[in-house]
Amino acid sequence: MSLSVDIEKRLGDFHLRARFECEAGVTGLLGPSGCGKSMTLKCIAGIERPDRGRIVLDDRVLFDSEGHVDLKPRERRVGYLFQNYALFPNMTVAQNIRCGLCRERDEARRKGALDEALALFGLRELARHKPHQLSGGQQQRVALARALVNRPALLLLDEPFSALDAHLRLRLQIEMLDALRSYGRPALLVTHARNEAYRMCERIAVMQEGFALPPEDTKQLFANPGTVAAAMLTGCKNITPAERAGERQLYAPEWGVTLETALPVPEDVTHVGIRAHYFGQKVAQNRFPVDFVGDMEEPFEWVLEFRYAGQKPDSQPLWWRIPKEKHPQRMPEALGVAPVNVLPLRRGDNGR
Amino acid sequence: MNALSQIGTADWFPLFNSLRIAALASVIVFFLGIGCARLVARLPKAVKGLLDVILTLPMVLPPTVCGYFLLMVVGIRRPLGALLDQAGIRFVMTWYGGVLAAVIVSFPLMYRTARGAFEAFDETLAYSGQTLGLSDIYIFWRIRMPACRQGILAGFVLAFARALGEYGATSMLVGYTPGKTATISTTVYQLYRTGDDAGALRWVLVNLAISAVVLLAVNLLEVKQKKAVVR
Repeated sequence: MSLSVDIEKRLGDFHLRARFECEAGVTGLLGPSGCGKSMTLKCIAGIERPDRGRIVLDDRVLFDSEGHVDLKPRERRVGYLFQNYALFPNMTVAQNIRCGLCRERDEARRKGALDEALALFGLRELARHKPHQLSGGQQQRVALARALVNRPALLLLDEPFSALDAHLRLRLQIEMLDALRSYGRPALLVTHARNEAYRMCERIAVMQEGFALPPEDTKQLFANPGTVAAAMLTGCKNITPAERAGERQLYAPEWGVTLETALPVPEDVTHVGIRAHYFGQKVAQNRFPVDFVGDMEEPFEWVLEFRYAGQKPDSQPLWWRIPKEKHPQRMPEALGVAPVNVLPLRRGDNGR
Repeated sequence: MNALSQIGTADWFPLFNSLRIAALASVIVFFLGIGCARLVARLPKAVKGLLDVILTLPMVLPPTVCGYFLLMVVGIRRPLGALLDQAGIRFVMTWYGGVLAAVIVSFPLMYRTARGAFEAFDETLAYSGQTLGLSDIYIFWRIRMPACRQGILAGFVLAFARALGEYGATSMLVGYTPGKTATISTTVYQLYRTGDDAGALRWVLVNLAISAVVLLAVNLLEVKQKKAVVR
C-alpha cells in the first residue's frame, strides 16, 4: 500500500521536480500557491503528463517515461477531489455518486452501495438535490462520497477546504479525517495552510518552486523544520542568516548575537529560525538586551516587534507573540529563548 | 385581403421545400458544427486561428459569393461535380442542392456558438469523470453536452433560422423552379419580380408566422431551463 513518485516536468520557466513516497494515511504537500502542488497531483492522476520519470502505485506502474507506460486516468484507480469539487451540475446528488459506481456492473450491488454512501455521508435527505442547491460543505461531502465509492487505490485531495467558511472548515476536517481513516488507503492532500496540514496529515512534504522535499513526520517537521523553506511554511517568523560557531552554537551576524542550540548544528547551516511564540522574559539562556519598536494587537495575542541591542540597523525587526493576559506591564529589557527552540536551518536542495 | 383568401387553394410546395431543406440542413449542421467545434477547441492556438477563419468565412461572405464557390466545386462541368453526376448525385438545380447551400451558409452559426460553449466548459468536470472511470462517450453526451446545452441550442436555432431564410447561395446553385426547387424566399422574390404583389405578400406572411413560432419555441425552452435551474 504505497505510492512512489519521481517525476519532472517543465512548463516555460517553471520546473517541477517531485520525488517522494507515501504510505497509508494522509500525506500532505505543503507549499505556497503556484509551487506545483496541483500539477503534481494532476501528473499522478494522469491528467497532465510529466516529461520524464516514474509513478508506481502499489505494484502497478502508472507512468514510466522509459518503459513507455502512461495509463489513462480511468485505468489508474486514483481518486481526485477537486478544489471546486467538480460535481456534475446537471445531475442530482444520487446521480453524481452513482457515477462513482460506474465500475460496478451488478445493479443490485450498485443500488446498495449508493444507499450506504448516502447514509454514511448524511446525504439521504439531499439525494434528489442538484449541486447548486447545496452548501459548500454539502458539496464537498458529495464529492468525497463520489470519490470513495469508486474505491480508488489512492485518493488525491486538492485544497479541499479552501472554498469553505472558516467555521465550517474545522468541522469538515474532522469529518474528512474520519472518512479517510475508514477508507484506509493512502491519501495525498495539497494545501498552503499549515494549520490544515498539521491537523490532517501524518507526514508532510514541503514544496517550493516546483521542488518537493521528502515527506517528514508532521510533528517532527514543525519541531525541527531543517530547511528555510520548511521553516517559513510551518510559520516560523524570525529567520536570519547564520554561521556555525560551535557544535551547538550559531552566530547570527544581522542580529549580532551568538545563540546556543539544543540540536547539533550541521556543517552546512545557512540560517537560524526562532518561532515568535518561544521568546520569554524569564528565560535565562540566549538572553540578550532588546529594544521594542512596535506592536500589533490580535484577537487573542499581542505581536511585539523588537530589535536586539546589537542588531544591524537595516535588518528586519523580530516578532514576539504572547497571549494577551501575559502582556507585560513594563517592557522587559532583555528576552531569552531556550536552546531547544533555536532552529538551525539550511537552504533546501533547490538552493532555497 | 386577396392574399388571405387564396390560401386554401394555393400551391404549398415552397413551404414544404423550405421546411425540409431547413430541417435537413440544420440537423447536418448540428453534428458537423459540434464536431468541428470540439476539434478546434482542442487544437493548438496557431492552427486554431487559421481553421477558425476558414470555418467562419461563409458567415461574412455574401451568400452569392458562397453560391459562386459552390458552383465552382459541384457544377456539372467541374471535376467533382462531373464525378458526382456520374454517380447520380446532382446539386445544381435540385432541392438537395438547396440543402447543400443552406448547410454551408448556416454552418458558421452553429460552429461558433458551440465552440464558445465548449470553451467555457469547466474541464475539471471531464477530468473528474475520467478519474471515476466514466467512458469518453458518456462524459461527452451526459456531462459536456448538458453543461453546454444553452449555447448549443442557441446555435441550432440560429442555424435553422438562417437555413430557412437562405436566398443568395440557393438562387445561385438551384435557382427557382416552381414545384422543384422553389423555397419561400426565392418564391417571394420571383412573385414580386413578375408583378404578383399579392402572391408575394402571402408568402411574406407565411414566413412571418414561421419565424414567430421559432422564436416562441426558443423563449419557451429558455423559460423551462430557468425553471429547471431554480427548482
